[in-house]
Amino acid sequence: MFTVLMYIVAFGFLVLSFIKDKKKTFLALEKAWKSFENIMPQLLSILVIIGIMLAVLSPEVISGLIGEKSGWRGMLMASLIGSVTLIPGFVAFPLASALLKSGAGFMQIAVFISTLMMVGIVTIPLEIKYFGKKAAILRNSLAFIFSFIVAIAIGVVLR
Amino acid sequence: MKMLLKRYKYFLVLLVINIVVYGLYPSVGQNSIDITWSNAVEMLSVIPPIFILLGLLDVWVQRETMIKLMGEKSGILGALVAFFLGSAAAGPLYAAFPIAGVLLQKGSKFSNVLIFIGAWSTTKIPMLLFENSSMGWKFMVTRFMIDIPGIILIAYITEKLLNEREKQHIYDQASFK
Repeated sequence: MFTVLMYIVAFGFLVLSFIKDKKKTFLALEKAWKSFENIMPQLLSILVIIGIMLAVLSPEVISGLIGEKSGWRGMLMASLIGSVTLIPGFVAFPLASALLKSGAGFMQIAVFISTLMMVGIVTIPLEIKYFGKKAAILRNSLAFIFSFIVAIAIGVVLR
Repeated sequence: MKMLLKRYKYFLVLLVINIVVYGLYPSVGQNSIDITWSNAVEMLSVIPPIFILLGLLDVWVQRETMIKLMGEKSGILGALVAFFLGSAAAGPLYAAFPIAGVLLQKGSKFSNVLIFIGAWSTTKIPMLLFENSSMGWKFMVTRFMIDIPGIILIAYITEKLLNEREKQHIYDQASFK
């Protein structure tokens, strides 16, 4: 639904831009294509890596890895899986809620969701391309540590 | 042709790995191909409007305007703009990096661009709605509340730990793209 909204917004601005200045609009489209083409090689690689990774780390396997282990070991496992995988939200949240039902703790799930969203090992080459090595590694490491703080907060609120 | 091969060498290597996996473990290989395909379709459906907006942003929003909104002296306003820009988005995190590149190129403050990335990664509104329905509002609200200071802290610490030369290098790189 939000994707549709994005299309409407983008198309609306595009029409507006075209009415105001044809030349600039074509320049914008050219820039859009160039930026896309620029990240294409990394993007395709990321897609294949995610494919292989998720085929091995299927929801059942993830359940087995996070579901049984509890405590700090469970959280560490959840954070590592969350950091290396890249699952879209509409798959991740149902998976998380299923994990909860099958006995995983709130803290393990919180750290899993948080690292899943904020830490991206697979996408780090792309991030480095725009932010440089140091900034990209810093951001991901800080986000990794922060995910444990999120988990503790969730653990306190939802015990 | 040679250039093309060189640019896509990692992709090609990965494809070969996938084919090998398919040969050794047909079900895993098949699964992986299916997942890659459905992700590719998903990506191609989500990404076009993001890049169109990126292009329009690039040609219409002047550097001066962007500096005023998100530049060195933009203060709290800059952080807020960055936060809302990131939260209002839809799409995977990797689509945010090229936009971050344009923001840098237009003179946004480095920590504001990191706030934008942080918001995009974790407080996207469509994602929050989804989180609310599958995890419950308590989980969603707690995470959201703790994420806001977290995003800001990560942005400032990252900026502080980079020296001027490193930051300048990132800005220089951004203007090449």
